[in-house]
Parts: sequence; structure tokens; C-alpha cells
Amino acid sequence: MQNSMTTYSPWTRFFLRSRGTLIGGVGLIAIILFFYIWLPVETVAVLNATVRLSTPLVLGAMCGLMGERAAVINIGIEGQMLMSAFIAFLFNVWTDNLPLSVLMGVLTGALMGLLLAFMAVTLKIDQIIGGTVINILAVGLTGYFYATGLTVERGLGPIIIPGLSEIPLIGPVLFKNPPITYTAIILVFVIHYVLFYTKWGLRTRAVGEHPRAADTVGINVYKMRYVNVILGGALAGLAGAFLTLEAVGSFERNMTNGRGFIALACMIFGRWTPLGSWGAALFFALFTALATQISFMFGNTINIPHQAFGILPYLFTIIVLAGMGKRVRSPAADGVPYIKE
Amino acid sequence: MDSDQKAPSQPKFLRTFLDVLLNENLWRAIAVQVVAVLLAVLIGAIILIVSGANPLEAYAALLRGSFGTPTALGRTLEKATPLIFSGLAVAFAFKAGMFNIGAQGQLLFGAITAAFLGFTIHGLPAFIHIPLALIGGAVAGGLFGIIPGALKAYRGVHEVITTIMLNYIAINITDYLADGPWKDTSPGNVVARTPVIDPAAAIGRLGPVPIGFIIAIVMALIVWWLLQKTTVGFEIRMVGLNPDASRYAGIKVARTLILTMVISAILAGIGGAIETQGVVGRFQPGFNTGLGFDGITVAMLGKTHPFGTIPAAILVGAMKAGSSEMQFASGVAKEITDVIQALILFFVAADVIIRSLLRMRAVGGEEVKLSSGWGKQ
Repeated sequence: MQNSMTTYSPWTRFFLRSRGTLIGGVGLIAIILFFYIWLPVETVAVLNATVRLSTPLVLGAMCGLMGERAAVINIGIEGQMLMSAFIAFLFNVWTDNLPLSVLMGVLTGALMGLLLAFMAVTLKIDQIIGGTVINILAVGLTGYFYATGLTVERGLGPIIIPGLSEIPLIGPVLFKNPPITYTAIILVFVIHYVLFYTKWGLRTRAVGEHPRAADTVGINVYKMRYVNVILGGALAGLAGAFLTLEAVGSFERNMTNGRGFIALACMIFGRWTPLGSWGAALFFALFTALATQISFMFGNTINIPHQAFGILPYLFTIIVLAGMGKRVRSPAADGVPYIKE
Repeated sequence: MDSDQKAPSQPKFLRTFLDVLLNENLWRAIAVQVVAVLLAVLIGAIILIVSGANPLEAYAALLRGSFGTPTALGRTLEKATPLIFSGLAVAFAFKAGMFNIGAQGQLLFGAITAAFLGFTIHGLPAFIHIPLALIGGAVAGGLFGIIPGALKAYRGVHEVITTIMLNYIAINITDYLADGPWKDTSPGNVVARTPVIDPAAAIGRLGPVPIGFIIAIVMALIVWWLLQKTTVGFEIRMVGLNPDASRYAGIKVARTLILTMVISAILAGIGGAIETQGVVGRFQPGFNTGLGFDGITVAMLGKTHPFGTIPAAILVGAMKAGSSEMQFASGVAKEITDVIQALILFFVAADVIIRSLLRMRAVGGEEVKLSSGWGKQ
């Protein structure tokens, strides 16, 4: 394990580390094709829901991992999402300008990221507490300023990509999505590239693994941490905008409903990597969508309580993790404030 | 330390008590907390003024609703009781470097098990029925805690994931039980809830003080004793400070992690049982929501010290108890108390700010960084 970490390229390392995931992936594709031939309409519906449900999770997970790669733990993803969802919703109500609303959501997330970075990097508050402050603050502020009865004209609708959307199975699942969902998928690859193939990514990881050494070679540890946490916050902000502008279309008190924490779990499940987090988010979303679909199809004919389906995604996540059973490792300096000498 | 010379003839427990009481650091820490609360209240007032409300009126109503009358005080303590338990649960797991986000689920299992033992069994005297239901809740919570503990110890699965997932599993299972096999079938009932527990299982009050609150304080004492005065407690703290060193020192780290999680879950389970037996009188989905998550706040406000959770829980409980009165009397939305709580937590944690205000030195001593156990096994 230690050897493979130091000698292989990131891609090889990724393949080696996730052999199980890859074998599972091939099996999964076979199963999907089987179901597509058997039940085409339902299969497309489930996969569509999977992509949609995974969007806030993968964005939240990437928010978490940007911070943690630079050694700032972020358990405030939930709060960052909630706050951004609220602000994005308000701007949609006031201006009816969707791009501006998304932008304000993203900016709000970035501001919440700035707050976390200020607490973690400058004040050197324990980062678990910093995240909790953000979570409670978001519940409080959104609840306090929320007024019932606000309505919006419209939300973000799907953009159908001509040509590609005609491909059977893949077309309706991947190329008939609303804009934030597309953005999320693109961002997974962008962040993967930035993190593992650019100077910036190398510096970020250096700051997360060994800040003293990074400082010695002239990397500004504080700046790296600030920027990464703020960018991460912006991703959580996008997830928040997704919730109010794309998924639900309105705001409700505490509407994130634990998604930020599940995103955190996806990040750990995905071993602090963008592709892994995406896989984890898709896995979780797939079982959520499956549970809904099965309960919808058979809920009335066979007498199984709907809670049994509700448990599925959570139960499978635990079973899969227990089965993989590999020790996961967070960045070495994760959670430790850096004190410049 | 000093009391050794001052009073050598005093019994040991009194000396220990005096040690705690005369500790200068303790009073410094308390001063920091008080200033933190004042600053948070001040900023809360600014938010109230900006949004067009009268902060004096709102705060007066908040105080009236939480401490103004014996009834209000009783309500505050009642709200504080489950928070002490969930706060202790989170704080206890932190001592071994684990983050138990699952206090919510463990608390739900404790609550529904106590309800089950309360409504199925009849005819027992109270002095048997009350502890029976309490222990049932403790066992149910504790059993639920084995899962994250064992998965972490033997399979290396991060407890943050498992406890988050188990929360949702607990919500689904308890929802099912309260809406299915254990549903209240009395005529006219349509909502998901269990029948009312037998009066013999109900935990009452001593004057305005709920007995559950007294149990909570006793439990905080037991937890402190367990952590500071026993070998098991020493091992737990040792694993929290340095798992590798503990392993070399011959501590069975895996066993200690499981034990810690189970004890943490037992504490949450008892909290749920007391909520059922002392407040709700049955199990009803949605009635215990958030109590486990508030435990994180309480544990941190109390600096993860067992005794610290008591004032922290009373503070949060007072805001919960008084916020309805505030909303009713002054028209201020009760979520402002969440904002104030977040600010208090911020200022307590950012004691650098307050210490520089009070011109105080840093408080030394053994301190576990909460985030230190994040990626470790």
C-alpha cells in the first residue's frame, strides 16, 4: 500500500486502488443493459433520477475534498448548501433572472467558504467546531429571514443536446439534463485534472500532506488553504442553487435535509478523490432512485413497508464499505492548523 | 494541587472536588464562556435591530419563557435533559478520537424501546418499571452503537459515514414500528405513534425539576469518573490522544474503539428513553428530531468535558424553551436563537479573540483536538 502510493502515476494508482470498484462497474453496466432490454422505460427513469439525485451530492463531496486536500476539514457543507439555496431562491424571486440567481448562490457558498477558512486558517479554531458554527448559522439565518408565500416564475429546465440526446439509453440519461447537472459532471473531471495534473493541484496536496515542507519550498500555505476552501464553498453554493433552482423550484426551511452530510460520506467513500466521490454519489443516488421506483411499482401489490425501501441506499453503502474493508486515509495534515514559524 | 497542603486530613473525594473548584483554569474558562455568550447576544441584538425588531423586548420574552417562572425553568431543564445525554455521547466518543454523528439514531432507538417496554408491560411497580424501560433504552442504543464501532475497529470503515447512514436507517425503522406493529390502535388515532406508556414507567418531577434532569447530572458524574478515574477511561483517552502509541503500549485499540462507541451510544439511548418516559409519554416520529445533532453543539460548547455539557445543555435548552414565548410575545422568529447559538459556539471556540479582550493567557492542559481523529483508524 505504501509502495504503490509513491511509485505509480495517479491514474495507475487510481486503477490499482479501485480494482473492486471497476469490476463492480463492469458488472453494473451489464445489469443496466439487461434491465434496459427488459424494462426500458423504468430503467431510463431510474438512471435519470440517479444522475439528478447525485448532482448535489457530488458537488458537496467535491466541496469537502477541495478543503481536505488542503487540510481543512469541512463538516459545514450542509450549512453552505442551505445558505446558498436560500440566497439563490431569493434572487430568483426578486429578479426572475436565473443566471444571476445561480451566480449569487455560488457567491454565497464562496462567502461561507471564506468564513470557514477565516475560522480554520486565521483563527485556528478547531475545524469540526467551525463547520458546526456554519451549519447552525445557516439554519438560523435562513429560518429567521425566510418568509412564507414567496413564489417564483420559473426554474432551470433541461437543455436537450441535439444529436447526442437521440442515442438510446445514454441520450435521455446524460444529454437531457438541466445546466447545473451538466456543470457538475464536467467539474468532476476538471477538478480531477487540476488536483492531480497541475502545479496548483500538486501544491494543494503538498499543503494537505506536509505543510511545513510546502512552506519551506516557498508555497504560501495560508493562501492555498484559503483559495481551496473558498472554491469548495462555491461548489457547495452551486449545489444549493441546484436544490432551489433546478430540483425543487422553491425554498423550504432546512431543505438540504442532511444532503451535506451524505456528501461528506460520499467524499470519504470516494477516498478523497473527485472520481471516487462521483462514483460514491452515483452509487448512493442509484439506490435511492431504485428504492423509489420499486416502491412505486410494487408498493401496492406486495405488502412491504415503504420504509424497507427507504433504508436501502444507506444499508448498501454500509455493506459495500464493510465489504471493501480497506483502510481509508485522509490527507496527513487534515484538520491541523498551520502555524508559521 | 495546593489543597493537598491546605487540607491533608480531608477525605479524598472532598479534596478532588476542591481541586476542581479551586482550579484557576476553570474560572478562566468560565469567564471566557460568559464573555462569549454576551458577545453573541450583542450581535444577535444587532441582527434584530437591522431586521426591525426590538431586541430588549425579544430578549426579555426569551428570558421570561426560559427562567421567568418555575414552570418555565422546569421546561428549560426538560429541554436540556436529552441534550446533556446527546452532548455526553458526542463528547465521550471524541475522547477516543471518534466523531459520533449518530447520536440521533441511537437516541431514537432508545426512545422507541423505552416506549415499547412502557406500553406492553403493565402491573409492575414504578421502581422496577422505570429502570427497566431506561435500561431497555440504554441497551437498544448501545447495540446500535456496536455497528459503527466494530466496522471502524475491524474493517476500517469511517465512523462518520456509518453513523450518518445509521441515522437514516434508525429513522426508517422507528417510523415503520410506530406506524406498523407498534402503532397506537386506540379509536380515532390516525397518526404514526405508539400507545401511551404505563404510568408506572413514567418519570415525574421533583417540584419544577424533572427527575430526568437529575439522572442526567448523575450520568455526567459517572462519565467523568469513568474517564478520569478508571483504567478503561485512561485507555480511551490514550487512544484518543495517540492510537499508535496506545497500540505499542499494549492497549487493545480495536476493543477500546468499540467500547467507546457502545458507551457513547448507550448515553444517547438513555437520553431517548428519558425523553419518552419523562416528556413525550410515548414514541412519536418527529418528536425527537434534532436532539442528536444538537448534541454536537452541546459537546463543543462544553469543551467536550462531561461537566461542561451541563451548562451548555441548559443554555441551549433555555433557548429552545424560551423561543416560543419570544416568538409569541415579540413576533421575532424563533430561529434567531439558532443564530445566537452559532455565535456563542464561534466565540467560545475562537477564545483567542476573547482572551485578547480580557488580556488572558492561554489555558493549558490535556486537550484533544476534535478533528485529530478524522482520518485515523
